[in-house]
Amino acid sequence: MSAAPTTLTEPRGLPLDPGVRAELDALYADYAAALDEARYDDWIDLFADDCRYTLQPRENFERGLPLATLAFESKGMLRDRIYGITRTLFHAPYYQRHVIGPARVRATGVTDGLGWLEVQAAYAVFRTRVHEPSEVFNVGRYLDRVVRDPADGLLRFAEKRVVFDSENILNSVIYPI
Amino acid sequence: MNAPIEPEAAVPDAAAAADPSRVPYSRYTDPALHARELERIFYGRHWSYVALEAELPAPGDFKTTFVGERSVIVVRDADGSINVVENHCAHRGVRFCQQPFGRAKDFTCPYHQWNYDLKGNLQGLPFRRGVKRIEDGHTRIDGGMPADFRLEDHGLTKLAVARRNGLVFACFDHQVEPLEDYLGPEVLPWVDRVFDGRALTLLGHSRQRIPGNWKLMQENIKDPYHPGLLHTWFVTFGLWRADQRSQMVMDAHGRHAVMISRRNEGGKSEVTQGVTSFREGMTLHDDRLLDVVPEPWWNGPTVTMLTLFPSLIVQQQVNSLSTRHIVPRGPGEFDFVWTHFGFADDTPEMTRRRLRQANLFGPAGFVSADDGEVIEMSQQGFAQDPGASTVSRLGGTGVGPTDHMVTETLIRGMHAYWQKVMAE
Repeated sequence: MSAAPTTLTEPRGLPLDPGVRAELDALYADYAAALDEARYDDWIDLFADDCRYTLQPRENFERGLPLATLAFESKGMLRDRIYGITRTLFHAPYYQRHVIGPARVRATGVTDGLGWLEVQAAYAVFRTRVHEPSEVFNVGRYLDRVVRDPADGLLRFAEKRVVFDSENILNSVIYPI
Repeated sequence: MNAPIEPEAAVPDAAAAADPSRVPYSRYTDPALHARELERIFYGRHWSYVALEAELPAPGDFKTTFVGERSVIVVRDADGSINVVENHCAHRGVRFCQQPFGRAKDFTCPYHQWNYDLKGNLQGLPFRRGVKRIEDGHTRIDGGMPADFRLEDHGLTKLAVARRNGLVFACFDHQVEPLEDYLGPEVLPWVDRVFDGRALTLLGHSRQRIPGNWKLMQENIKDPYHPGLLHTWFVTFGLWRADQRSQMVMDAHGRHAVMISRRNEGGKSEVTQGVTSFREGMTLHDDRLLDVVPEPWWNGPTVTMLTLFPSLIVQQQVNSLSTRHIVPRGPGEFDFVWTHFGFADDTPEMTRRRLRQANLFGPAGFVSADDGEVIEMSQQGFAQDPGASTVSRLGGTGVGPTDHMVTETLIRGMHAYWQKVMAE
């Protein structure tokens, strides 16, 4: 008996050296903790000097439309956002809680002597407002490019593309996802 | 003793509150009033925004959206015209089209396969003439529709459609006046300034759900008082503040409006004294966020914010352009759908600039995120004290255009019109 031939759409995630896998898991854990604990300088430090951050509705992503909810093209823009959320934007206060699924490595390589990983991970963010129960705030996936920073040998995000499924933003997004 | 509350109790609000500068909080919370607003305003003789033509470039392209709280399909027909039909089957009421966007040759309800053309005409249905079979040597026909069943009596509900330079509007009431008369000679030139017939490029959508009454969103963009106070970026970088040349325009009914202003250099001045949101010396780490390049078609103003009653805002804030569609969902909530666009002849640099400035205007915008937040808080205040009234008396109690922004005249204008149309 022969099995029917199957066509794989995408290969399985790549296995990693256990040490690199542990580093990658730690990077995502640090990312969630920095945001949920409002340690924004620590959040910025998880990005490479040359970095991008995009928060985009899935609808635009899938239709090839470029509009993003947030689109930052430099570490300076990340700093400007943090100044905005801590000093200039008025909003009802809320806690965030990120739950990030296991990172799936789609590709690895070395460019100009620098190692990189293309990584995908699902996430859910819960919002808790004062006097209110917790609620599902934003759900989606990260499509990231992680690099090894030559300065200190740590993994950092060169690109973080956040694509959210949630069809409606519950009023507004203040803090990064 | 409490008198029984009748649904009609909603109506006297309009008659009693003759002063549009004092709006009862209940006007934002009362379900009976809301039902009447849907009938009088959204399903009455008012044009509702439904699409940009750039969203539907090819024949058969469709989108689903809302007029008031009713789902409609906006579709490009084979001849290039645009039809708007209500999204429920004439047979069993199924809201059959569940895709936000798509392309179709015709529409078929999945329940019993009633089939409609792109104009909403019923083309056919299974077993209309019954089912023929042979039993005991005899041919018989089982069932079928009655002999007097006519396809043309059972099409989809068709809406009146008006298009102007890439904007598409629809109305359930076919007796509605022409769109140009509806917008009026005061406001129409400002619509045409943005939509002058150039081909548009669709950049994408953003969707927010805001727990507030739909009128609050119109009022927010008829309120030149708040931007230089609530929004740090506006006052600090001089994008909108009370010491600028500005103009408040309204139509003869007071229902539509335009807030027009010219950017200044920002910084400290009389209008920043005591303004807690002003940040002296604030600079950007990456000033590409505010890389404003004037465009020839502006002809002066750096910002024009149009409120087209009841459901559309058109935004030009420096190089950022969008339509913002207000979709009510009961008295206490609305969806806010942003469609960002540019022009087909934009350079790649200009497209990038428009996308970058979208960081200021949208559901997470440096400027506009606080608007949704304060609207939610207004609604909370209305709900807890429905007997109270707003005080919108900046610039007096009258209604009329002004050549400055220290006024709430546009809010009063909309409520004066609201009172008239709700009392009719």
